[in-house]
Amino acid sequence: MSARGRPPGAKELLDEVHRIGREVVAPHAASVDQDARFPREAFAALKEARLLSAYLPVAFGGMGLGVGEIVGICEALGHYCGSTAMVYAMHHIQVACLVHHAAGAPYFQGVLRELADRQLLLASATTESGIGGDVRRSSCHVAPDGEGGFQLEKQAPVISYALDADAILVTARRAADAQPNDQVHVYVPRADTELVPISGWDTLGFRGTCSLGFTLKARGRLEQILPAPYADIHARTMHPTAHVSWGALWVGIASDAVNRARASVLAEARRTGAVPPTALRLAEVDVTLGTMRSGVRHMAAEYGELLEAGPGSFVADPGFPLRINNLKVATSKLLIEVVGGALMVTGIAGYRNDSAVSLGRHLRDAYGAELMVSNDRILGQSALMQVMRRDH
Amino acid sequence: MLVDDVLEVVKKHCRIPGAEHFTATTDLYAAGLSSLTSVHLMLALEERFDVEFTDELLARRTFQSAEILADGIERLQAGR
Repeated sequence: MSARGRPPGAKELLDEVHRIGREVVAPHAASVDQDARFPREAFAALKEARLLSAYLPVAFGGMGLGVGEIVGICEALGHYCGSTAMVYAMHHIQVACLVHHAAGAPYFQGVLRELADRQLLLASATTESGIGGDVRRSSCHVAPDGEGGFQLEKQAPVISYALDADAILVTARRAADAQPNDQVHVYVPRADTELVPISGWDTLGFRGTCSLGFTLKARGRLEQILPAPYADIHARTMHPTAHVSWGALWVGIASDAVNRARASVLAEARRTGAVPPTALRLAEVDVTLGTMRSGVRHMAAEYGELLEAGPGSFVADPGFPLRINNLKVATSKLLIEVVGGALMVTGIAGYRNDSAVSLGRHLRDAYGAELMVSNDRILGQSALMQVMRRDH
Repeated sequence: MLVDDVLEVVKKHCRIPGAEHFTATTDLYAAGLSSLTSVHLMLALEERFDVEFTDELLARRTFQSAEILADGIERLQAGR
């Protein structure tokens, strides 16, 4: 484990994530999936390795890692348990929102230090009942009490791992008379938040994200509102960070599926003494996996460069959100293609739940990727953007 | 000696011309072993010594020479 404030080398860190993956995450993946429970063993280990503050600048007690390195962690975790990787990715998205948009505010400087010290886990409440899944519109609003405090009540159909998080970032309209898209992003510690469950989470895949629905009631001080408008936070952080980190963990899931296909081909080769015909399909599936991985790494690098160049670079490049959308749509489809292809290689052994090369969980997780932030919604936005777009 | 038995399998299955003159320390990659031919060699070694190469041993370094291969096989046999 790395000493505090001394970031480990990239290779050393990934080796550590893979070790945690093999020794802690993988052994509990089946029970997390079966019981649709929070991956608590995995997160105890990730906290111990201080990975929940990996993206925080060293000055706040973090590792100061960049986008590419975080994406690498998400991919590595995806090999062992899709739910664990997804929770880590969602936490990272919230951390990035604070680091990019709130690190200058004294209140949030305290939050970031506490995040590193106590390895806080952050959740997100964006979607809202009656809005239809558009995170850029809210119906609920911040209600100031005139004495520097506020109240907020939101009907959230989904707040992933809310009951295991230490704080939640909530989108809401700026005020009672604000337009639906005039949103702010509010940090509410769990201790000041009442959560009343309104729906459960019994799904095909990503069962360990525990994405139950809640009525959320929070009180706090106005300083808990991030200083930037949510429109800006969404464009520069939430949207790109979500899709590159999800894409990365999907690559991890796909990659493990291909490894299982390889194990099955090797077993067949051992049995017969010759390379079996299924190896050809394995080779083909690996081509698709490579395409998937390149896409994610390319967009992670592009995003990292834009962040380095500063806020103005996002405005200067209107093609960027479109390419992020394209990445999400492509990667989620390729995930299904790769896992489905791997299943054809393993044959019935992969179809079984009780074999070493079982692909049941991978398949069920894979079909979630197209649906969480639905590809149709994303394509609908992209379709509009295409009208004004020219590539040079 | 295990290494002599390994060398015999290497000579027979590595599909490299002139393999009959190899010694335990011949650099197999320098001699022409490729990632394709190493598959046949691995399967032949597994069959001969009744072992299965672990994921950890499925690395380029393992197949560098008959001597290094013998080390790996010895570890696999010890772990059985």
